[in-house]
Amino acid sequence: MPGLGLIILAALLLGLGGLAAFIWALKSGQYDDLEGASWRILIDEDPPVDTQRHRRE
Amino acid sequence: MVALTFSPSAADRPAHAVRIELLVRGARCANCLTKIESGLRAVRGVTDARLNLTTGKLVVDAEAPADPQTMIGRLAELGYEAWLFDPAKAISGREQEGRALLVCLAVSGFGVAFVVGLTDALWYGARDMGPATRLMISWLAALVASPTALYAGSPFFASAIRSIRAGRANMDVPISLAILFSLGLSYYETFRGGRHTYFDAAVMLPFLLLIGRYLDFLVRRKASSAAADIVAMQAVQVRRLREDGTLETVWARDVRPGDRILFSAGERVPVDGDVVEGETSLDVSLLTGETAAHLARAGERIEAGAIVLDRPIMIRAGKPLEDSLVARIGRLIEAGQQARNRYVRLADRAAAIYVPLVHGLALAVFLVWFIVLHAGLAVALRNGISLLIVTCPCALGLAVPAVQVVATGLLFRRGVLVKSGDGLERLAEADVAVFDKTGTLTEGRPRLLDAAAIADVTLQRAARLARVSHHPLAVALAEAAGAGPVSLGAREIPGSGIEAVEPNGTRCLLGHATFVGAESPPFETGSEIWYREGDCPPARFAFADQLRPDAAETMQALKRLGLKVEIVSGDRRETVARAANATAIEDWTAAVNPVEKTEHLKRLRAAGRKVLMVGDGLNDAAALALAHVSMSPGTALDATQANADFVFQGASLLPVAQAVAASRTARRRMLENFGFAAAYNAVAIPLAALGLVTPLIASIAMASSSLIVTLNALRQHLQDRI
Repeated sequence: MPGLGLIILAALLLGLGGLAAFIWALKSGQYDDLEGASWRILIDEDPPVDTQRHRRE
Repeated sequence: MVALTFSPSAADRPAHAVRIELLVRGARCANCLTKIESGLRAVRGVTDARLNLTTGKLVVDAEAPADPQTMIGRLAELGYEAWLFDPAKAISGREQEGRALLVCLAVSGFGVAFVVGLTDALWYGARDMGPATRLMISWLAALVASPTALYAGSPFFASAIRSIRAGRANMDVPISLAILFSLGLSYYETFRGGRHTYFDAAVMLPFLLLIGRYLDFLVRRKASSAAADIVAMQAVQVRRLREDGTLETVWARDVRPGDRILFSAGERVPVDGDVVEGETSLDVSLLTGETAAHLARAGERIEAGAIVLDRPIMIRAGKPLEDSLVARIGRLIEAGQQARNRYVRLADRAAAIYVPLVHGLALAVFLVWFIVLHAGLAVALRNGISLLIVTCPCALGLAVPAVQVVATGLLFRRGVLVKSGDGLERLAEADVAVFDKTGTLTEGRPRLLDAAAIADVTLQRAARLARVSHHPLAVALAEAAGAGPVSLGAREIPGSGIEAVEPNGTRCLLGHATFVGAESPPFETGSEIWYREGDCPPARFAFADQLRPDAAETMQALKRLGLKVEIVSGDRRETVARAANATAIEDWTAAVNPVEKTEHLKRLRAAGRKVLMVGDGLNDAAALALAHVSMSPGTALDATQANADFVFQGASLLPVAQAVAASRTARRRMLENFGFAAAYNAVAIPLAALGLVTPLIASIAMASSSLIVTLNALRQHLQDRI
């Protein structure tokens, strides 16, 4: 019986944790621009690497 | 109107920083994203720029003396139209609504996963459980279900209370009652130690319904994200001549009658006025639908919305902005929109039947069990409430949004943007299609005629000069010639043409007949240009606005779909007649002004017809707002697009017919879904009335009916072909 209570408690906490994580992500604006986010992964943020200089060093 | 939002500097930004919010049109992919963001970051004083692709909102952080106009100018250089974001228009309000719905959905999703696990254990494992364990699990379910159901149900409660206050019951009233009663009944059963707890139903109801609500929100958000407005047209700056002869830049809305304003090539005239000085070609196609450039001389009256093509002119403002043609059209649009708001959606019509029926039946079941059968208050209540729960409109709540999301996605991939939530329902009812000519049936820009008859060498040599200019005919010529070299020494003489001198001293001229020294009877004003090299005989290039490649095919498709097709255009009779002939349209009206267009639509409506209006010009905006349903091409003015229910992209006109076909399929699916929901209720109601419904049956029925409705909505993919 104490095992059952423990398992239910653990499930409840895990569920609440997931819910809290989702709400945090939502509040911090991660779901505001799904369309833009899907394109942003294709954009290189860093300037192109200067291979010439790398070789010299 | 359009205002600037300066938010005070936040903690993480340097002092004196300002935040400028702009609305950008036309950004669609990663390319635009990089171009705009890196382009603006390169502007002096800008610390950061971030574009939201979904809403088109660009947030620019800059040092204090930043001028929004320079950023708008920079964006124009990059090829994007932008204006200051108007906080009153509140796109952010919609975002808040979406977030709130998602939070409710997440909470109820958590509730469903947890509570269904517990109640299933209670239902199946009851015999192996001691009464203490059973009680503990019941109370655990109650502990989780009560707050989640109440929180996730809050959008429904709020809407139900609003509708009751307004004196009529909408679909949210039975939904709210079902959620509250299923919680109440379950508490009663738990206290009594019974097994008929509906905690799972209490969380599943808002969960399934919120999915429908969120899908509906997505469709509506797409509609409003193009938050363009006719006001945007008036939010431009003009150069006003001061008493002392110097120029000052002022907002167009601050222009007073009698002010003298200077316009140069490419500018749009925002007020009505008379030409005081200068002579220029004007593009009035957006106002009247007339394609040929109009030559305006001193003393002539110009209406707001015209675009100055070549030479600068000075205008004396006639009427204040509120009286300009643009503003008058704006008022016509408002009147049209009010008429359209009276449309009653399918789901609301279903609710009007559903709500009294279900409430009446639940009450009847309770009374019969309590008074006629003497079953006792508890049993009578339980049967009445279980009827309310099993008939809860989960399937009805999903029926329309699921179909709409699939249909809008389908059309989006074909380049058609569905802008209004009930547009699909209204389009399915259309029985007359009224087309504007210029820019709708036709491409709306000049194209070189008889390209095959012109020697390729001549075309290529003329194109070297044409590539220098922004004049519409020069652009058309350059387009016909394809990519190629540019004559670097060429200079443009406004109002006449382009001149270049070859290294060997030969003079090349491209422009008006008189400019190149050619003698010819005028073809059609502004529709031809001449090219001359040295003393060689001049070559003539004629242009005309041509029909979209599949215009005739589209008209056939629309007729096959049972629509009557008409043209109503502001252009001249001969041009409209030619277009009507080429597309086999019998009914056409030419040379009508915007007011006459709306009159025409009103007549059709009075005759009981449901009109689909397709148009792109400012002269169509009022007609678009008035029509039963409306479409405009992606090249249309913002003010016009804002009033269209659908916007289609690309050179093809066929999406119009495809959208009609898709909307009819969608409507069929919606009706099927309603039919299914009704059939489901026809089985569920007698079972509940007889007291045979258990919580398990209720939750299975609820989930499976929602699933079937969703699957039916997906069937559009397979069946949608023209």
